[in-house]
Amino acid sequence: MSDTNASKGFIRRFLDMPPDSTVKTVTVAVVLCLVASMVVSAAAVSLRPVQDLNRLRDKQRNVLEVAGVYEPGMDIAEAFSNFEPHVLELATGEFTDQYEIDTFEELATSGDPALVRALDEDPAGLGGKQQIFQMVYILRDDAGAIDKVVLPIEGYGLWSTLYGFIALEENGNDIYGLQFYQQGETPGLGAEVDNPRWKALWNGKKLRDEDGTLQITVAKQPPAAGQDYYIDALAGATLTSRGVDNLVRFWMGEQGYGPFLERLKAGEI
Amino acid sequence: MAQTRKSQLVDPLIDNNPITLQVLGICSALAVTSSLKVALVMAIAVTLVTAFSSMFISMLRNQIPSSIRIIVQMVIIASLVIVVDQLLKAYAYEISKTLSVFVGLIITNCIVMGRAEAFAMSNPPVASFVDGIGNGAGYGLILMVVGVIRELFGSGSLFGVTILPTVNNGGWYVPNGLLLLPPSAFFVIGLLIWAIRTWKPGQVEEREYKIQSVEAH
Repeated sequence: MSDTNASKGFIRRFLDMPPDSTVKTVTVAVVLCLVASMVVSAAAVSLRPVQDLNRLRDKQRNVLEVAGVYEPGMDIAEAFSNFEPHVLELATGEFTDQYEIDTFEELATSGDPALVRALDEDPAGLGGKQQIFQMVYILRDDAGAIDKVVLPIEGYGLWSTLYGFIALEENGNDIYGLQFYQQGETPGLGAEVDNPRWKALWNGKKLRDEDGTLQITVAKQPPAAGQDYYIDALAGATLTSRGVDNLVRFWMGEQGYGPFLERLKAGEI
Repeated sequence: MAQTRKSQLVDPLIDNNPITLQVLGICSALAVTSSLKVALVMAIAVTLVTAFSSMFISMLRNQIPSSIRIIVQMVIIASLVIVVDQLLKAYAYEISKTLSVFVGLIITNCIVMGRAEAFAMSNPPVASFVDGIGNGAGYGLILMVVGVIRELFGSGSLFGVTILPTVNNGGWYVPNGLLLLPPSAFFVIGLLIWAIRTWKPGQVEEREYKIQSVEAH
């Protein structure tokens, strides 16, 4: 009797146990959890590099698109290498080399309190705090002169925070393009911020008038300052349009890239 | 076995459709059908998860202690869903961005759990796998039908290709914005259920009560 039991082997004996015994229940639970966790972590770890690359390429593609140099099927990494990334300190408008370019993004999203400052007024809906440093991209022409600058912007619309880029000409005042790479606004209404026809409205608009007052606005009616500073609001998306208006004016203003744009205009970059 | 392999595959399409007859998996059907491409990927993901989870659960069915069987099923389903999610993030990044949390929510899709509990726990692995494919396909079919209606009339396109040029893009078609919002899928699915039950009156559920006729005084 005992001989036959032993010869059946450990696994066989285990499988023959009634499924509802306590030993079996615990063992099944433990083994299943071990196997499942190994499968899941193997998938997560082995696919990690591809996923990170996807995220990076997606962001780079958006930088290329907003600067108007993207063509479908192009080598994104190569085209992106024409852009100079810099870490910019917003308050001074100066580049800093205090942080490594490659690891800055990771650091910036880590929520390090040394990298954010509290906002008294928060028109763009950033949750009361703003990053002190931003990663900006500069595209130079063949002669080495600045062609365009691409600046990250973000702010709250109706349902979601919109994340995007604005591309400015070398004078720091003419808009080349604006694009959001992440938003969750109402499909068909607010989500029309992604509509190419609406995005095309931004091309050629100006941020400031000759006195240096920030005039750009997204509104239903053209402002007194004139058509050069006016983007027609999205039909049926008043709050999203207002959000975009607020966030663009915030980021282009003194608390955003204002100091940097001054320096850009003065040719100090 | 009463069912043939073929009937296992074909039955869930119309006769025993998980969405229109069993009314399961509605949540994700509302969320992912505003564009066809996304609906197709979701349908494939759910089909694969249902098929493989049913297969694995069926292989283990004689060993799973009944006291923890739901948890065992959940662990198997959840692991598969995470693997699918990771694969999408790696190889279909754009689509995984659009699907966002809904891939993760396949775990809670009643169809997957329902097939595991109702079929895989008492049938052999191959039959369970086929049953999973069939039910996934039935889910997918409804998703595609709803997706065609919503994308065509909501954005004037199919698979992102413009069919009806919309006013926003300089065309003539004024899109129906409601169709891009999740509630519209409720209406579309409701109408589908009505249509199918009119065509096949056998699907109409019997009332749980009867209205009594009373003689007028």
